[in-house]
Amino acid sequence: MKLSIPLTLSLGAVVVAAAVACGGQPAPPPVPAVDSAAIRDSIARAEAARRAREDSIRRAREEAERLAAERRRADSLAMIARETDRAKGILAEMVNFDFDKSNIRPGDAAKLDRKIALLQANPMLRITITGHCDERGSDEYNLALGNRRALAAKNYMVNRGIAADRIATASRGEEQPLDPGHTEAAWEQNRRDAFSITAGGDVLKAPAGM
Amino acid sequence: MRLRLLAILPLLALVPGMSAAQEPTEGVRVGITYQPGVRPGMLVLGGPRTELLDSVRTIVARDLEFSDEFEIITLPAEDSLVLGIQTAAGSGSEFVNYPLYGALGADFAVRARAEDAGVVAITVYDVRGETVRREFTAGVPVLSDPDFRMATHRMSDEIVRVITGTAGVAATRFLFLQGRRIYRMDADGADVQPVSPDGAAAFSPSWDPRGRRAAYTEFHDGGGYLYLQELATGRRLRLSFTQSALNYTPVFSPDGNRFAFTRSDEEGTDVFTYNLESDCCLQRLTSGRFADNLSPTFSPDGRRIAFSSTRSGLPQIYVMSADGTGQELFAPFDYGVTGSSHAPEWSPDGRSLAFHRDVGGTPQVFVMDVATRTVRQLTSAGRNEDPTWAPDGQHLAFVSDRTGRRQLWVIDLETGRVRQVTRAGEVRLPAWSGRMY
Repeated sequence: MKLSIPLTLSLGAVVVAAAVACGGQPAPPPVPAVDSAAIRDSIARAEAARRAREDSIRRAREEAERLAAERRRADSLAMIARETDRAKGILAEMVNFDFDKSNIRPGDAAKLDRKIALLQANPMLRITITGHCDERGSDEYNLALGNRRALAAKNYMVNRGIAADRIATASRGEEQPLDPGHTEAAWEQNRRDAFSITAGGDVLKAPAGM
Repeated sequence: MRLRLLAILPLLALVPGMSAAQEPTEGVRVGITYQPGVRPGMLVLGGPRTELLDSVRTIVARDLEFSDEFEIITLPAEDSLVLGIQTAAGSGSEFVNYPLYGALGADFAVRARAEDAGVVAITVYDVRGETVRREFTAGVPVLSDPDFRMATHRMSDEIVRVITGTAGVAATRFLFLQGRRIYRMDADGADVQPVSPDGAAAFSPSWDPRGRRAAYTEFHDGGGYLYLQELATGRRLRLSFTQSALNYTPVFSPDGNRFAFTRSDEEGTDVFTYNLESDCCLQRLTSGRFADNLSPTFSPDGRRIAFSSTRSGLPQIYVMSADGTGQELFAPFDYGVTGSSHAPEWSPDGRSLAFHRDVGGTPQVFVMDVATRTVRQLTSAGRNEDPTWAPDGQHLAFVSDRTGRRQLWVIDLETGRVRQVTRAGEVRLPAWSGRMY
C-alpha cells in the first residue's frame, strides 16, 4: 500500500477536529506546533516500518516464486532434454543389410516406422540417411551400393507419407566402418544405414508411446 | 642373379643356364608360361665410380629388371669394375671385352659415364654382334635434385626402346589411396609423396594423359566433390559442377579435353561426362532408375566408354559410344554363375580390358581381349583387384592381399612374372600414369 504524505497529514487534521467537536468544552489552548510535528513523525515512522515489513514479505514471496519457476523451468528443460534424447535414440537406431543387398529386412521395418512417427511428431525435423558397406565388395561399387541402401530407407519413409525434401541421402561405401574388424560380426555391423539430424533437431518430441 | 666373377670363371659355360633361374610365379596362371632362357641377358657395366654414376647404374639396373625384357646379370661391385670398359693408355681407344660379357650370359651391355657436368652418356652394346648398338646422352641433374630419379628412369626407358623397339615404363608414376589420402610414387616404388591434403577423406585418384595433374574425389558433408590438382605446384581446384551429390571415379579422355565420372544421387548411380576444355556441357550418359552404372573408362581413341552396370543383376562390364549411345554387354558372363565384375580399365593400346571379377567370394584380376571378347583370369592367390595398365599395355598393376595386407603388385602379361611394389600400410585404388616426358 502506498500513501502520499499530504493525505497522511490531512488525516491527522481530521482526528484533531473530531476531538474538538466531541468535547463541547471551551477550546483548549492551541496545540503547540512542536507536538503536531511529533505526531506526524511517529505516523511516518510507523508507516515506514509497515512498508518495510510488507516489502520484505513481498521480496520473500517473489524470491520463492522465482525459485519455483526456476525449478519448473529446469524440470521442464530436463524433461524436454530427456524426450529429445529419447527421440534421438529412436533416430539413431541403424538399419542393417545383407551382403550386396539394399532391401529393407522385414525385422528392420519397425525401426523405420518409429522414425516415421518421429518425423511426423516433429514437422521441422530434417534428416540425412547415409548408406555404408562392409569391406568385402569392390571399393568403387560400394559407394553405389551405399547410395542404394540410403535410398531404400528413404523410399520406405516417403512411401509412408514423409515429405521427400525432409530426407537427404548420402553414401560412404566402405570408407567409414563402425567396426574395423574382419569378421562376419564386424561386416554385419558395417552394412548399415546411419541416420543423422540435418536441421530442426534441438528440441524433439518423442512420438506418443515411445 | 648374383655371381662372383673369379669364383665362376671356370663355370662360365653354365652361366646361360643359370640366368634362367626364376622366382616362383605363385598365384599367377592361365595361358602365360614363362620360357626360361628366352629373355636376353643384360649386363650393366661398372666404370668410373662416382656417387651419381653409381646411383644411375643402380636405378637403371633395377628399371631394366622391372621391364621384364631382360635377364639382369648382377655382379659384386669389385667384379663389375674389372668388367668395365678398358681404355688403352695413350691411344684413348677402348677395349670392350665382348667374349667375356657373352660368356657371362649377356646379350647386351650398358655403360653409363659422365659426359659433362649434368650430362650422362649411355652406351648400349650388342654383345653377340660385338658392336655398339647405340650411344646417347641425357641431362641428369645432381643427386639431390627432385628430378634426378625421373631423369634416370627416362634413360632406362630409352635403353629398352633401343633394344626392343618399345620404350620402357620406368619413367611413370602411381597414384594410390592410403588411409584417407592420395599419394604418388615412382613406378619402382621410390619417392612416395602425399598429393591430397591432410584432413578430408579422398578417393579414386586418376591421371591426366600427360601425368601432370591428378583428379580425385574428396568427401565433404554429404557429398563427394571432384578435384583437379597440379602435381608440381600442389595447386588444386574444385570442379564446380560437382558441388552436389556424390561424384567419384573421374577419368580423363585420352585427349584430355573431356572427363567422365560416376555420380550417385537420388536418381541412382550413373556415368556422366563433362567438357573440361570449354568448361561446359554436363551430360548424363546412362539412366538407371533401376540399375547402377559406374566406373567409366575411355578407349584410347576416345570414342567408346566401358563401365560396370547392375542392369542384369550383379554388376557386369558394358560398353557404349562416348556419347552414351549403343550400350551393350562387353565382357561375356554366365547368368547366375559368373560373379560380380568391377573397375574396368581399357589398355593404352586399346586391345585389352582389365577388370576384377568375384570368384568364389574373392575378387580376381581378369583381362579381356577386346577383338575376340575372350576373358582370362590372371590371378588366383588371395584377393586381387583394381587393375591399372602401364603405358606399354604389357604390365598391369593391381592391389593384392596375398601377403596379408593390401599392397600394390605388378604383373608382366608376357612372362607372368609378378613383383611387389609397396610394402607399407594398406594401398588401394592405384592408377598408373602415362610416360613422364
